[in-house]
Amino acid sequence: MNIEIKNGRVIDPKNGIDRSNTSLYIADGRVAGIGEAPAGFAAEQSIDAAGCVVCPGLIDLGARLNSIEAELAAAVAGGVTSVVVPPDADPPLDEPELADRLVHRGAEIGRARVLPLGALTLGLNGERLSELAGLKKAGCVAFSQANKTVVDTEALLRAMEYAATFGFAIWLQPQDYWLSRNGIAHEGEVASRLGLAGIPVAAETIAIGTIIQLVRDTGCRVHLTRISSAAGMALIQRAQHDHLPITCDVGVHHLLLTENDIGFFNPHARFCPPLRAQSDRLALSSAAASGLAAICSDHTPVGADDKLLPFGEAKPGATGLEVLLPLTLKWAEAAQIDLPTALARITSAPAEVLGLSSGHLAVGASADVCVFDPEATWQLTPEALKSRGKNSPWLGYMMTGQVKATLVGGRLVYQAFG
Amino acid sequence: MHNPQLNKNGELSHLLSVEGLPKAILNQILDTAASFMEVSAREVKKVPLLRGKSVFNLFFENSTRTRTTFEIAAKRLSADVINLDINKSSASKGETLLDTIDNLCAMHANLFVVRHASSGAPYLIAEHLQRAGRDDIHVVNAGDGRHAHPTQGLLDMYTIRHYKKDFTQLRVAIVGDILHSRVARSDIHALTTLGVPEVRAIGPETLLPKHLDKLGVHVFHDMNEGLKDVDVVIMLRLQNERMTGALLPSAGEYFRHYGLTPQKLALAKPDAIVMHPGPMNRGVEIHSAVADGPQAVILPQVTFGIAVRMAVMSIVAGN
Repeated sequence: MNIEIKNGRVIDPKNGIDRSNTSLYIADGRVAGIGEAPAGFAAEQSIDAAGCVVCPGLIDLGARLNSIEAELAAAVAGGVTSVVVPPDADPPLDEPELADRLVHRGAEIGRARVLPLGALTLGLNGERLSELAGLKKAGCVAFSQANKTVVDTEALLRAMEYAATFGFAIWLQPQDYWLSRNGIAHEGEVASRLGLAGIPVAAETIAIGTIIQLVRDTGCRVHLTRISSAAGMALIQRAQHDHLPITCDVGVHHLLLTENDIGFFNPHARFCPPLRAQSDRLALSSAAASGLAAICSDHTPVGADDKLLPFGEAKPGATGLEVLLPLTLKWAEAAQIDLPTALARITSAPAEVLGLSSGHLAVGASADVCVFDPEATWQLTPEALKSRGKNSPWLGYMMTGQVKATLVGGRLVYQAFG
Repeated sequence: MHNPQLNKNGELSHLLSVEGLPKAILNQILDTAASFMEVSAREVKKVPLLRGKSVFNLFFENSTRTRTTFEIAAKRLSADVINLDINKSSASKGETLLDTIDNLCAMHANLFVVRHASSGAPYLIAEHLQRAGRDDIHVVNAGDGRHAHPTQGLLDMYTIRHYKKDFTQLRVAIVGDILHSRVARSDIHALTTLGVPEVRAIGPETLLPKHLDKLGVHVFHDMNEGLKDVDVVIMLRLQNERMTGALLPSAGEYFRHYGLTPQKLALAKPDAIVMHPGPMNRGVEIHSAVADGPQAVILPQVTFGIAVRMAVMSIVAGN
């Protein structure tokens, strides 16, 4: 089908395009032109994007799909066209058949693209390797422990050697097991005041230090997920400076919130890794601004019963797919980042982490597109969310930035009413 | 930020923490407690302030002393008292904390006295009651995790005021396991709010929370230095499970460095008082000669504790 998305501000960060009042032409599921219609183009459908931004569909580097239909509907409602799914599902994604089933189910539902991460070790127990090549063949884009750690450093070394053999990437959330196992909040002023067991920054830096050393020795490609501290970010920056194959991301909530947002034990401010100090938040923000880190939602749907508990007993995490865009816009405004740069962190930067050819709008690229009104406001309420996860520290707040239409491979998979 | 302890008129509706309470409310509690001291000395030890009201002692964690003093205090206010030890009954059957609360609300509870192993649990209950529009039901925190033990903090303040009269000229030292102590946190907030110019924390680095200085506390690792010229010494209990392992090598080494002996106490002012929230570990944090000595006010603390708990319950349930 030929589609014309007209009158919008087309922003394609990767290719340096930012044009107002422009049409994006789509034919056969691919971008066919920007501004000028290709020869003989006749639109069968047109979408009026006046007042809206037209950009590549968002690529989310971390979203848990507990109930896959609802969460994929949430993804496209949030402008997300590809989701990377961590392997800490029930059961963990440690067998090729499980990955195969997930990929097929995703294709059947036909909304956002599903990119699973295979479990690096069986049952995520950090001991025996999963069948990595088999998982890869079934559609896994890389291998991960989600937020579980490989406690045994030798097991980690061998996993990286094995992955390097096949050129597979490993994604790790750096967290020293011993320093984080009893903690529930950043070891700082707030945890001291509220009497919450602390997780020191060293839990992150020790793990990053270990991983960097093993990357040096094995050459394994590693993506570090959900960095939470300034000191951790500094280590990664140095490793990149040394040309090690290491990338990283931050959860969008960590760009906006700190330990102080725990307030009076608000369980919605419990995250893994924990929200840290203001100086950490500013360092994460600089890293995202400079391009050192990509931004993801770390979407974690948690049922009400698992949040209506004392802080330390509540499950960590927040709903994210439908707030990734508005929260990124909020961050960009507060940190004075221009719109194309901010959008790069949720489109082209994650595509680069994944080694995908998508995440941009060059002619010939797959037409994964997000159309959003950057000025429209909406209130975050449980009813406003398509996700089953209604858990958010922003409940009741106004969000700025609303998705009007989402296309995956040139198919309109979401359109807002009105 | 909205303070969940206060109602729309700024009056105390729940007592969840000493932190964030204005000095006027602390003084109101201490003054009310003073007026109740006389009740406990009467032959008929009762006043009718909470007659017809039901006080539920909800202890999700074991305690005999605190629960007993709350029970006595509620009975002296003429309330009906129901004691529930929930640590092994409902919770193990899968009932959530808030389900338990809803059930007890349906039994027409007026006041919950809550002890819980998780920091912040009483806040969850107070917020739940607020969401349900039950501003007629009140919560008193009887100790939550490492966070707060506000009635202990207030009875400590009552004791200090009783012996020292004026807070604004004092040096107060808190000694021992401050990291795991809800009593220490409540004492620190109460002391700084009431205008004590110098609050000291004494202990090894493994037993001190990070950033204590941000709470207005001076940290000492050497007890001999820390006790110099203090007016009040608050000793903390060292839990058995902390005595050996990664935090401390042994109870003996702890006592040598941080146990309060007559020799160490001699470094404080001659009229310094010694306090302890109980139960004491003699020979671990405190020498018997000090615990039973003339400067110890540990038993009067217990007596004052009843009056302070009467004051707190009558104020929150009376508002």
